[in-house]
Amino acid sequence: MEATERQTKHRKTALALSLIPGFGQFYNKQLLKGFMFLILTVSFAVAFADLINIGLWGIVTLGEKLPRDHSIFLLTQGIIAVLVILIGLLIYFLNLRDAYLNGRNRDLGIPLNSVREQYRNVTEQGFPYLMLTPGFFLLIFVVIFPILFVILLSFTNYDLYHSPPANLVDWIGIQNYIDIFKLDIWRNTFIDVFSWTIVWTFVATTGQIAIGIFLAVLMNQKDLKFKGIFRTIFILPWAVPAFVSILVFAGMFNETFGAINNDILAAFGIDAIPWLTEPFWTKVALILIQFWLGFPFIFAMVTGVLQSIPEELYEAATVDGANIWQKFRGITLPMVLFAIAPILITQYTFNFNNFNVIYLFNGGGPAVSGQTAGSTDILISWIYKLTFTSAQYGKAAAITMILSAIVIGVALWQFRRTKSFQEEDMM
Amino acid sequence: MSPKMQKIVRLTLSYVAIAIACVIILYPVLWIIGSSFNPGDSLSGSSIIPKDATLDHYKSLFNTAESDYLLWYWNTLKICIITMVIAVAMISCMAYAFSRYRFVGRKNGLMTFLILQMIPNFAALIAIYVLAYVTKLLDTHFALILVYAGGLLPMNTWLAKGYFDTIPKELDESARIDGAGHFRIFWQIILPLAKPILAVVALFSFITPFTDFILAQVILRSEEKFTLAVGLYKMISDQFGNEFTTFAAGSVLIAIPISILFLSLQRFFISGLTAGGTKG
Repeated sequence: MEATERQTKHRKTALALSLIPGFGQFYNKQLLKGFMFLILTVSFAVAFADLINIGLWGIVTLGEKLPRDHSIFLLTQGIIAVLVILIGLLIYFLNLRDAYLNGRNRDLGIPLNSVREQYRNVTEQGFPYLMLTPGFFLLIFVVIFPILFVILLSFTNYDLYHSPPANLVDWIGIQNYIDIFKLDIWRNTFIDVFSWTIVWTFVATTGQIAIGIFLAVLMNQKDLKFKGIFRTIFILPWAVPAFVSILVFAGMFNETFGAINNDILAAFGIDAIPWLTEPFWTKVALILIQFWLGFPFIFAMVTGVLQSIPEELYEAATVDGANIWQKFRGITLPMVLFAIAPILITQYTFNFNNFNVIYLFNGGGPAVSGQTAGSTDILISWIYKLTFTSAQYGKAAAITMILSAIVIGVALWQFRRTKSFQEEDMM
Repeated sequence: MSPKMQKIVRLTLSYVAIAIACVIILYPVLWIIGSSFNPGDSLSGSSIIPKDATLDHYKSLFNTAESDYLLWYWNTLKICIITMVIAVAMISCMAYAFSRYRFVGRKNGLMTFLILQMIPNFAALIAIYVLAYVTKLLDTHFALILVYAGGLLPMNTWLAKGYFDTIPKELDESARIDGAGHFRIFWQIILPLAKPILAVVALFSFITPFTDFILAQVILRSEEKFTLAVGLYKMISDQFGNEFTTFAAGSVLIAIPISILFLSLQRFFISGLTAGGTKG
C-alpha cells in the first residue's frame, strides 16, 4: 500500500494529544467523538472530585477526629472512590486506545468511520455490554464490594473496643494474622477449629459419598422389585429443606425428650448418650446427620451414571469369571468416580462451609471455657460467632481470608483438571 | 453354592439393606409428623402414634394473633419469587451476551464468574452485615433479595451460557438477514428455545433463598420480617422443648409442599446439576 510508505506519524501524535481526553480525536478530525470524550472526562472529574477526595483521604487515615469521623463509613466511601477511579481510568484508557487506533488507520491510509458509522458501531458493539450492565452492577455491589471490604477489614483493628461512632478504627497491617498464629488464645482456638473442620469435611463427605454409591449400586440390580418407590424414598432427605431436617434432628437428639435416647436406645437397653453436652457425641451426631442429609444427592447422580454403563462390560467380566466384588472394583467404581469427580469436589467444599448443620444442630456447642469457638464450630460458624457474639470484626475478616484462600485453592486445582478450562471456545 | 441359591442370598441381603435404609430415612419424618399431632406443648411421655391426636398446633399456627408463622411464610414466598424474577432476567441477558458476542472483556468476565461461583457469598458475611448496617438496609427484605440475586448470578450464568451455546447460531443469522434486531433475536428466538434451562435456573433461584438460613439470620432483625428458616429456628431456640409440638407442625407445613415440588421437578434439578458439575 502506498500509504505505508509515506511514513506519517499520526498514531503517535494522536496518542500524545489524547493525554488530554478528546484532543487526539480532534486531531483525527472526529469532532463529535472528541467532544464526547472531553465532556465525559470533565463531568466525571467535577462530579466525583469530592467523593474521590474524601474517599481517598478516608481510606488512608480511617478518620482523625471524633465525633466527626466514622471510620467504617470512610472505609466504605474509600472503596467506592477506588471503584470510581478504576472506571475513570477505563474511560481514559479507551480514549487513548481509540486515538491510537484511528491514528494508525490514518497512517495506513484506511479511511476513518463517519459519524453515522460510528453510531452504528456503538449500537452494534455496545449491545453485549448493555445486556451485561444490570447484572454486573448487582455483582459489584453485593459480591465484589463485600469481598473488597473483607480484605481491607482484615487489616484493621475493628472490634468491640475500636468501633464507631464512639471510637476510631485504625490500620494495623497484618497484625490480625500474626495474632491468630502467635497469640496462644487465638492459635489454640484456630488449631482446634481448623482441625475439626478438616476432620468433619473428610469424614462427613466421604461417608455420604460411600453410602450414596452403595445404595445406588444396590438399587441398580435388575431383578429387584419396587424400585420406583424405594428411589423416591431415598431422594426424600434431599427434597425436605435442610434447615427443617436439621432442626428436627436437634429435637430427636435432645437429651430430655428426644426420640433417640428415649425410644430407640432405651428399646435396646442402652443408657442415654449425652448427644448435646459431650463434644465427642455431638461430633458423632453431626456426622451421622450429614450422612442422612447428603447421600441422596450422590445417590441420584450415581444412579444416572450407572444406567449409562454398557451391559457388555459386565457380561465380558462374567465370562472371565469375575465375582460381584471384582466387577464392582474393576468396572463400576472407576466409571462412577470418573463421571462424577467434579461434583464430588464441590461436595467437599460444600461441607467445608456447611454452616447450617453445625449452627442449627447445636450452635457449634457444647461451649469450651475460655474460647470464642464452641467444640464443634467449623471455620465459617466461628466467623459468624466472632462477628455477632464477640464483635471481633477484624479477626473474623482475617479468618474469612484464610478460609477463602483454601476454597479458591481447591477450586483452581479442580479447574485445571476439568475439560472446559482448556476448551478454546470457553473464552 | 448353586447360582439359584446365590441369587436368593444376594436379593435377601439387598432387601434387608434397603429396608434398614428406608427405616432410617423415614423414622425422623414419621416422628415429626407424629409430634405435630401430639397434644400438649412438650413431648414427654409421647409416642410416635399419638393416642389422642389433635390439630391444635396447626390451628394456632394459622391464628395470626398468636403466631407470626403465616407472615413468615408470606415473607419467604415474596422474597423467593422476587429473587427468582430478578435473577432469571439478569442471568438470561448475561448468558446471551457471553454466548453470542465476542467483545473486549469477555474472557476476563467469564473468568471472574468462574472464580466467584466457587466462593459462597455468605463467606463475606461480616461485610454483608456491616455494609447493610452502614447503608441502613439492615432488617429489610430489599437487602436480602439483592444479596440472594447477586449470589445466584455467577454459577447460573455459566449454566445458562452452556445451554445457549448449544442453540445453533444459524438461527440468529437467518433472523438477522430477515432484519431482526439484537433484542428481538434474543427475545423471540433464543429465549423460547432456552426454556428448559431457564426452568432449571428459575428452580434454583427459588429454592436457594427458600432454604437459606445464614444470610437471613445476618440481615433480618425483627420478628415480623423473618423468613421461615429464621422463624422456625427462633421458635425452637427460644424455649427449646416448650413449643416443640407447634414447631413440629410448622416443619411439616414447610416440608410437605417443598418435597412435592422437588420430587415432581427432580429431573430438572439433576439435569441442571450434572450440566453445571461437568461444565464448570
